[in-house]
Amino acid sequence: MNAIETIKLTKKFDKLTAVDGVDLTIEEGEFFGFLGPNGAGKTTTISMLSTILRPTSGSANVWGYDIVKEQDKVRKSIGVVFQEPSVDDDLTGMENLEFHARLYKVPKDTMASRTKELLELMELTDRSKDLMKTYSGGMRRRLEIARGLLHHPKVLFLDEPTLGLDPQTRRLIWKYIDKLNKVENVTMLLTTHYMDEADYLCNRIAIIDNGKIVACDTPANLKDGMGGDIITLTLSTPPPANSEKIKKAKKDLENLGRVLSVSLVKDTIKLTASKGETLIPPALNVLRDNKIDVRSVSLHEPTLEDVFIKFTGRKLRDEVEGNKQHMVKAMKQHRRFRH
Amino acid sequence: MSDVYTIWLREMIRYVRAKSRIITSLAMPIIWLALLGTALGTMMENSPLLPEGMNYVQYIAPGIIGMAILFTSIFSGISIIFDREFGFLKEILVAPVSRLSIVLGKALGGTTTAMIQGIIMFCLALFFGVSFGSELGNAGGIVVTILFMFLIGLSFVSIGIAIASKVESMEGFQMIMSFLIMPMFFLSGALYPIDVLPGWLKALTYIDPLTYGVDGLRYAIQGSQTAQFPLWVDFGVLSAFSIFALVLGAYLFKRS
Ligand SMILES: Nc1ncnc2c1ncn2[C@@H]1O[C@H](COP(=O)(O)OP(=O)(O)O)[C@@H](O)[C@H]1O
Ligand SMILES: [Mg+2]
Repeated sequence: MNAIETIKLTKKFDKLTAVDGVDLTIEEGEFFGFLGPNGAGKTTTISMLSTILRPTSGSANVWGYDIVKEQDKVRKSIGVVFQEPSVDDDLTGMENLEFHARLYKVPKDTMASRTKELLELMELTDRSKDLMKTYSGGMRRRLEIARGLLHHPKVLFLDEPTLGLDPQTRRLIWKYIDKLNKVENVTMLLTTHYMDEADYLCNRIAIIDNGKIVACDTPANLKDGMGGDIITLTLSTPPPANSEKIKKAKKDLENLGRVLSVSLVKDTIKLTASKGETLIPPALNVLRDNKIDVRSVSLHEPTLEDVFIKFTGRKLRDEVEGNKQHMVKAMKQHRRFRH
Repeated sequence: MSDVYTIWLREMIRYVRAKSRIITSLAMPIIWLALLGTALGTMMENSPLLPEGMNYVQYIAPGIIGMAILFTSIFSGISIIFDREFGFLKEILVAPVSRLSIVLGKALGGTTTAMIQGIIMFCLALFFGVSFGSELGNAGGIVVTILFMFLIGLSFVSIGIAIASKVESMEGFQMIMSFLIMPMFFLSGALYPIDVLPGWLKALTYIDPLTYGVDGLRYAIQGSQTAQFPLWVDFGVLSAFSIFALVLGAYLFKRS
């Protein structure tokens, strides 16, 4: 069975098209990832699939139920960990979990054992009786994840679940949601900025940009699709991206044998080529002939970052920085509103 | 049903925990009762507008109790705006719970807190020397008092929910305070007999639902001598309005 199926799913906000005709099929038991820069439309897609927003056009099924006509059945089948905070600050951690369990009709005895297990996993046991407003950002996040898992959903949406967490906690959460997917067969739809997260967790990844899916495949296929190794040349004094000098250098590089693609992002040139190690000397020669100084060279197998750059022409990491600022802003607002 | 209880329970936990809110929302009515009651009390002494021998504090006490309930209930309804702002509303909206249960839980939660505030205010009024006694007898008077507290609370928490479903942000909040709540209070006859007003203003007081709430409380607390309408009129109009407001709140919430 297909856990999620969308047909030309579209959401417009006034003139802005946030999600633009997305066609997607996710099978039961899959761990599926959305990878895309800030503003790509990941959250909007999840909002529609979880019945918070109505699509402008197109349609979608979650667990076989129509997201507009059978909202209640969809809601019974899913769990959501939202990107933005969604706990009640005036309740304790435990009370937030209890509230959730009651809404989802989790039986009392299951609730007790499950809460205990989840609180231990998220290392929140000794804080469960404290008010949420005394929790740090990371602790809140962990509680929200615990809450999303509490009622054993068929499909779990995780919107940037580990954003802003320390590496250790991220690893723990990865392991747990991976286990939940493999052992309990929960279908996962995760959005993330972290390459390593998508790579580690997802069976399949959709790269989404400006509301459209630009590529969708397994991480291995996406990387193989690059067709070879990646040579990264970092320039000492990069000329402007559209200068004649750099254009000529790019063309010369493209004309070297076995080079599949050349891209320039800020101060780095990336070449994709088979047998990359033999291509480093000629590439350096080309740049020297064009009077462009190179500071360093590296050779590696393609990562999802490279795949991302190939399809969108942008680096993901810039977006991560942008998003951090966004988070800080959101948290400041949060604090200001509270008192 | 259990969903209504879940939502109601959250409102109760939050109410008990927000001690500062309990006090601030009582501060205003207390100040009104103490200051206005004493200051205007001397002015209104032996006024032909009041029944013989009744002092002004006694006269406005039901109105001030109504005020406490009005503020608390509208605020409870409007707190949906805060739930939306802080993201908690999303948690409720993706849960397999009908929109009607959410509205009912919220409405009954807000009504309960408003009634508690009303009862506290009622006890404070007794402490200020307001006397209690009507044709309904002691037990009957208390039952009717509580019934009207319930109806006022339910009406205005529902209005609050309706407003919160329409108002996107917290900025609209202050506007509502000045353009809706205060006029509604002043027009309700809480502070003076409606009869003193010129015809067009009097018409406005008749369409103010709080008028019937205050009048019902007045009847239950001090009997027919100060009440404007028969008790069944107060009860009928306010019940009808509270049902209308609840349906409106549920409808607008569902559509938002
Ligand atoms: N409620 C809204 N009203 C108007 N524009 C919105 C709203 N929500 C999102 N957007 C816009 O839609 C686009 C996609 O946003 P979003 O889905 O949050 O992206 P992502 O989660 O991938 O960062 C952005 O340009 C954002 O500004
Ligand atoms: Mg997002």
